[in-house]
Amino acid sequence: MLILHCPYCGVDADETDLHAGGQAHLKREGPGSSDDAFEDYLFMRENPKGVHFERWRHVYGCGKWFHAARCTATLEVFGTYSAQTLEPPQDIKDKISGTRPGWSWGIFK
Amino acid sequence: MKRYSAFAIAREAMRQHTGWDRAWAKREPKKKYDVIIVGAGGHGLATAYYLGKNFGITNVAILEKGWLGGGNTGRNTTIIRSNYLQDPSAAIYEKARSLYETMSQDLNYNVMFSPRGVIMLAQTQHEIRGYQRTAQANALQGVKTEWIGPKRVKELCPIMNIDGPRYPVLGGLYQERGGTARHDAVAWGYARACSDMGMDVIQQCEVTGVRQENGKVVGVDTSKGPIDCDKLGMVVAGHASVLAEKAGFRLPMESVALQALVSEPIKPCMDVVVMANTVHGYMSQSDKGEMVIGGGTDGYNNYTQRGSFHHIEETVRALVETFPMISRLKMLRQWGGIVDVTGDRSPILSKTPVDGIFVNCGWGTGGFKAIPGSGWAMAELMAKGQSPLTDEFSMFRFREGKFIDESVAAGVAH
Repeated sequence: MLILHCPYCGVDADETDLHAGGQAHLKREGPGSSDDAFEDYLFMRENPKGVHFERWRHVYGCGKWFHAARCTATLEVFGTYSAQTLEPPQDIKDKISGTRPGWSWGIFK
Repeated sequence: MKRYSAFAIAREAMRQHTGWDRAWAKREPKKKYDVIIVGAGGHGLATAYYLGKNFGITNVAILEKGWLGGGNTGRNTTIIRSNYLQDPSAAIYEKARSLYETMSQDLNYNVMFSPRGVIMLAQTQHEIRGYQRTAQANALQGVKTEWIGPKRVKELCPIMNIDGPRYPVLGGLYQERGGTARHDAVAWGYARACSDMGMDVIQQCEVTGVRQENGKVVGVDTSKGPIDCDKLGMVVAGHASVLAEKAGFRLPMESVALQALVSEPIKPCMDVVVMANTVHGYMSQSDKGEMVIGGGTDGYNNYTQRGSFHHIEETVRALVETFPMISRLKMLRQWGGIVDVTGDRSPILSKTPVDGIFVNCGWGTGGFKAIPGSGWAMAELMAKGQSPLTDEFSMFRFREGKFIDESVAAGVAH
């Protein structure tokens, strides 16, 4: 069972208390964006075998959305962090670099 | 290749079974092939088989990272049906189902196709309307399905409790010629036929890179060295995104785990396949007597071929209401596979941004039933550059807004 720490209410929540919300850090497109940008935003998803950043909602808890950094190849959790940010915090990036040097994900590395 | 037959069994029985050939040859890669197929699962092998059979292209290698049929081909619940709502889906799935009817004869390999009938249960008013609509659509598409009432459901499957307190059975969409087949045998049969045509099935050969010149594919780098090719078919299901990245393009899909389980073997009690989509469970009985049970996917990306335990619990709990007799069954084993799910839950059979590379993926939770049709269509696409069966399944359909919306009609919760 996947267990994620909710950064808002501080609970270590079981997977059954959570709802997965897909890829994190999507760049929202709007009027004036190109077709390519819209295709990326709406349909293209990072699908790495390795480091992944995701949105989760503590649905049977505090109800808040947060972000998680996970490995899809080992199910290791690197950490969770606030959804009120445009990129993963440096301490989580450092933690990932510790075990997976040279990793990259979308525009982050 | 020596043909399998009753006579062959009798002949071998007389001489201690010493005369059987290897089903397919063990080969090392040549320097160059006309076509390389990556992925020796059902879809990849079927693609190679129909390239040879329908288009005479036999200078083909099928590369497999693990072992033959060891991915989703060996991990599904073996259900075959074609009762889809949208025309493009019905066309390719019905092509597949009809090819299953004669596959054992075509391949001279017993794939144990058993058209025992498939019932998709309607347990809400919404499902009644949905399945009646699908039955009408199927009639127009030439796919034989029918809407049946609860009494007929009970006749077809007496172990079912149709008066469940939460979700009573209100009817069902019945496809009489749907059923099951032996999943491993489908891969083995195609591999044997491909090998017989002179194709090389190469296992434990992982593709590590895709070589291109001027926007055209020229070969692949593998764990057994570089191999050149004119055309490359990527048929790797859950790892499609990983392979596409090596070729320098992205696919609109995500990989998640889907699980299945079987019970201890019991006496024959159920001779149809039943899918209960409202409660996310489906069940059939294998020839060994095990109840074969499948459920829904996890909600998050995963490449580990193991899913969350609570999905197993939810699936079994849901089925117990409709099949009270399974409450005392012990579950024998459980496994997971990595399925590639696209935005509209329909597959991708398509050209790609790289000239000479074709992709066949995105079958998600329902790929086994499609194997022969998928291979047939993919072979035509690769040989001729176009196929009426794949036109609608382009990877570029998303940006054009031409979705094939089967989220409701597909059997499994996504």
